[in-house]
Amino acid sequence: MTEYEEHRYDVIIIGAGGAGLRAAIAAREAGMRTAIICKSLFGKAHTVMAEGGIAASMGNANSNDNWQVHFRDTIRGGKFLNNPRMAELHAKEAPDRVWELETYGALFDRTADGKISQRNFGGHEYPRLAHVGDRTGLELIRTLQQKIVSLQQDDEKESGSAEGKLKVFAEVTITELLQDETGTIAGAFGYYRESGRFVVFRAPAVVLATGGIGKSFKVTSNSWEYTGDGHALALRAGSTLLNMEFVQFHPTGMVWPPSVKGILVTESVRGDGGVLKNSDGKRFMFDYVPDVFRKQYADNEPEADRWYTDPEHNKRTPDLLPRDEVARAINSEVKAGRGSPHGGVFLDIASRRTPEEILKRLPSMHHQFKELADVDITAEPMEVGPTCHYVMGGVEVEPDTAAAARVPGLFAAGEVAGGMHGSNRLGGNSLSDLLVFGKRAGDGAAIYVGGLQGKYPNATDESLASAAATALAPFNEQGGENPYTVHQELQQTMNDLVGIIRTRDEVQSALDKLQGYKDRAARLTVEGHRQFNPGWHLALDLQNMIWVSECIARAALIREESRGGHTRDDFPAMSAEWRQKNLVCSIDGDSIAVIEQPIPSLREDLLALFDRDELSKYLTEAELPALTEEPA
Amino acid sequence: MSRIEADRPVKPVKGQTGVRSPGRANIAARTLRTDKWWFQSALTFTLLSLWVLYATARTVSQRAYFVEKYHYLSPFSSPCVTASCNPAARDFGTWFPHFPPFLPYALIVLPFLLGFRLTCYYYRKAYYRAFWSSPPACAVAEPHTTYSGETRFPLIVQNAHRYFFYFAMLISLINTYDLIRAFRGGNGGFGIGLGTIIMLINVVLLWAYTLSCHSCRHAIGGRLKHFSAHPVRYKAWTFVTKLNTRHMQLAWSTLASLTITDAYIALVSGGVFSDLRIIH
Amino acid sequence: MTYLAKFRVWRGDDKGGDLADYKVDVNEGEVVLDIIHRLQATQSGDLAVRWNCKAGKCGSCSAEINGRPRLLCMTRMSTFTEEETITVTPMRAFPVIRDLVTDVSFNYRKAREVPSFAPPANLKPGEYRMQQVDVERSQEFRKCIECFLCQNTCHVVRDHEENKQAFSGPRFLMRIAELDMHPLDTADRQHQAQDEHGLGMCNITKCCTEVCPEHIKITDNALIPMKERVVDRKYDPLVWLGSKIGRRS
Repeated sequence: MTEYEEHRYDVIIIGAGGAGLRAAIAAREAGMRTAIICKSLFGKAHTVMAEGGIAASMGNANSNDNWQVHFRDTIRGGKFLNNPRMAELHAKEAPDRVWELETYGALFDRTADGKISQRNFGGHEYPRLAHVGDRTGLELIRTLQQKIVSLQQDDEKESGSAEGKLKVFAEVTITELLQDETGTIAGAFGYYRESGRFVVFRAPAVVLATGGIGKSFKVTSNSWEYTGDGHALALRAGSTLLNMEFVQFHPTGMVWPPSVKGILVTESVRGDGGVLKNSDGKRFMFDYVPDVFRKQYADNEPEADRWYTDPEHNKRTPDLLPRDEVARAINSEVKAGRGSPHGGVFLDIASRRTPEEILKRLPSMHHQFKELADVDITAEPMEVGPTCHYVMGGVEVEPDTAAAARVPGLFAAGEVAGGMHGSNRLGGNSLSDLLVFGKRAGDGAAIYVGGLQGKYPNATDESLASAAATALAPFNEQGGENPYTVHQELQQTMNDLVGIIRTRDEVQSALDKLQGYKDRAARLTVEGHRQFNPGWHLALDLQNMIWVSECIARAALIREESRGGHTRDDFPAMSAEWRQKNLVCSIDGDSIAVIEQPIPSLREDLLALFDRDELSKYLTEAELPALTEEPA
Repeated sequence: MSRIEADRPVKPVKGQTGVRSPGRANIAARTLRTDKWWFQSALTFTLLSLWVLYATARTVSQRAYFVEKYHYLSPFSSPCVTASCNPAARDFGTWFPHFPPFLPYALIVLPFLLGFRLTCYYYRKAYYRAFWSSPPACAVAEPHTTYSGETRFPLIVQNAHRYFFYFAMLISLINTYDLIRAFRGGNGGFGIGLGTIIMLINVVLLWAYTLSCHSCRHAIGGRLKHFSAHPVRYKAWTFVTKLNTRHMQLAWSTLASLTITDAYIALVSGGVFSDLRIIH
Repeated sequence: MTYLAKFRVWRGDDKGGDLADYKVDVNEGEVVLDIIHRLQATQSGDLAVRWNCKAGKCGSCSAEINGRPRLLCMTRMSTFTEEETITVTPMRAFPVIRDLVTDVSFNYRKAREVPSFAPPANLKPGEYRMQQVDVERSQEFRKCIECFLCQNTCHVVRDHEENKQAFSGPRFLMRIAELDMHPLDTADRQHQAQDEHGLGMCNITKCCTEVCPEHIKITDNALIPMKERVVDRKYDPLVWLGSKIGRRS
């Protein structure tokens, strides 16, 4: 019998980024005994990498802003594939979630009248992003972390135990969800990274807040934690993933030096005046404004430059088109031989703003380039190129409660959940997503647990034993492969064949290779012992990456159109028929099954936010007539 | 965080404390730094020691502190208020009878001047490192078995820095007065010599050092919670803050300028060379 | 472009360990963390190291390189000569877990001892009004990525294990300063700082400022101003008297 440590909780949260911590706060405030499980140290989550800001229509910078405008921008950015209820909740609740952070101690940059300052960002009609310089993600994570500490201090005062009701388990990786005979959630199984000891959490509700999948790609802005754990845990527990083909490539990642390739260059550089140029010194984005965006984006440099100071009377610069458009444009310029020396394009703010302004507005970008690339961004342009940044797809959830499909007791929030962002996420909408749905997931879990009236499901003994055996397998295998090798090959394959531009043949060949990785990953060998062993950790994470990669590739093969984060060279146009469909992944035996599922339709009052002209570019003829009778 | 447990009180044992405490990575070396980490402290030790020697020698000598012709009074002997002083140097009157040998003429301000520098946040760093090896350099294990910082007597007195600062302001005023007096020609009217210029530089540096003090920065605005409610003090604080970033450089340059001023006056007064006159 | 570098990496755990020698390829533009990863992938798959973002934003990969506390991801290989042997050890102020990974729970314990932000009771969310000049001081401290290099280098605890009870370290004294300078915080931080968190043990030797990868002026902007504020409340009879008479800014 394998030995393990055991804990009992009402709610466990897997992941300690923005969504996880906000969920934990909500669950704890609803009276739940809550555990937060994080793969790294508390406060190191990938959320710290978010730079630009939190999108919320507080209207501090432009009083015309409101939730409807934010909703419209979100749907437009997602190319009408978003779950409309999620986009609505998100736009409505984001301001309250931001204001709440101030009560926890957050210190955002201020407007002249002392309110939270808001900045411009790609795809947002008004300045909307609450920010702290360009380190907003750090502020968010630290604020939530300190709120958790504050709740623990309250508990200590009341009961003498700081960790009695809310405890953080740092450097613990969950490898399996535990379920009872009916498939209802009963807890989770994992190990302490530090000691390799197993730990079992028995709890009726599990909130997944594990973030994304970027580590399946070679060039990525994501950290090692982003191995798709939550996605894979949900799949293996019997839940479903939505629209996994939509992967966002952030247009501006660093391309040099090689060791930092992929690290993010915030969109705020462009929001604050930076422009993209090719090797001819031309601002090429004017050549890439798609028809659907002609109304909002300038077609000449003078107007684009006037927009920064007078957004009321000028159209915005195409440098701030949604991320998918900019990423594709950069890709095209580089392919056409107009790239920078290291295979990117130039992002120039040095010639457009004074060094003082740059240092004030973009201190951490200046720091990052200075320290990592020895480039002074106040004096010379940066070299940038697309990098895998975010997955729009994720666990299929019920919008109001964040409950995962098909598995009672399972919830998901943040990047691991799907639907909210449609085919492409707007910058700034991820941090607000974390807060809005993190809270909803925590509340949803608390209501679910309350409804059980103390009758908590029990994990079967077999499931515990098999979880332990699976985790230890790499130690027992002799002569198998090194996990690092398989991981590197997987990353290369995903980058080359299921990357920013896809074709049927390439995706098909990626699927063939994935089958090979799957077989090899079943026979990995690691050296050493269980105490803090990164080789072993990678061997376990690798299984998740392979599951998720297969989902991405299968869905990418099926969706025969180009939309947002999914571009098919062989089907370059957007298709109104495909817009009506979500692709849903589940595990079927040993492989991934993908089915089509109709997308929920937009409510009439929400449809009315768009003019018919715009809708006709996205919707089928059949969907349109309902609108013609609308009063003028 | 499986290891969270209260730190047990441990009794420090020589040779098994600090980086050699049980549980920490077992590395024998006191530091693995490969740079000349001892250089900074050695330099500080040498320069400060030399300066103290020089200042002591000069103040106890009671000699060559004044050039009557141009009214150059050494900052080491100002204000000169004892009957032993040259009458022309006694601008503030005669407060004390004759001093015995070895008693510095500026006895009345020296404790405050020394106190200001001894409790200065920069000098504290410098001499804790250089004279007491606490620490000898960053990430280099210190030789002491126990440490209590500035929590008890005598080091708790460091908290009085602000009072020394107030006195230092007064002394800077006296130095400024001495400077004004030094704009004197050989004929008794207006004049400028190299000595005047040196004294001018010294006084400017002394003011800059005094005003860049951390206690000054606190008093002028740092203690406020809301800068926005006190725009003038905020401006002043911003100015002092800028000066404050140079506090270390000013600390050293004033030591140099004090020495140069005193030495120049001593050499002119002792007749080694005569003052270079620019105007009269 | 590529050369073979000499590395010495500390391998071991709390029971003992030693520096192990390696020869490993280094390419142009790489940082020390890249080399550690290459060692993992090619020579010792179980070499333990903490890291996350690899961009100097998360503060996970703290260690000591040639005896100096540094972030592995922010130390460029170009700062060393090709002949030099580069020694990498875990942080030496904290208990070691394995190889380059240390037990930093001391810091989390101290974090929990600092009373949280205390806003005015009657202020509702959305009604907070603060001026930019009033938040800037605290904002500087909030740049902290909690790499704990300042905690590691501070001789008060690095060289004196027994002080870990009474002294919270630069990171958390700075946290107290951050709250004390927060325009809407209402708690008394000054007595706390001195009496419960050991501000008086700090002898301002500035090693914390020297190692801070975010270049926060910990000593000049947080610790010394906090010491001065403590003087106001505890050691300055005039200011103390003034506050008793009732005039507070």
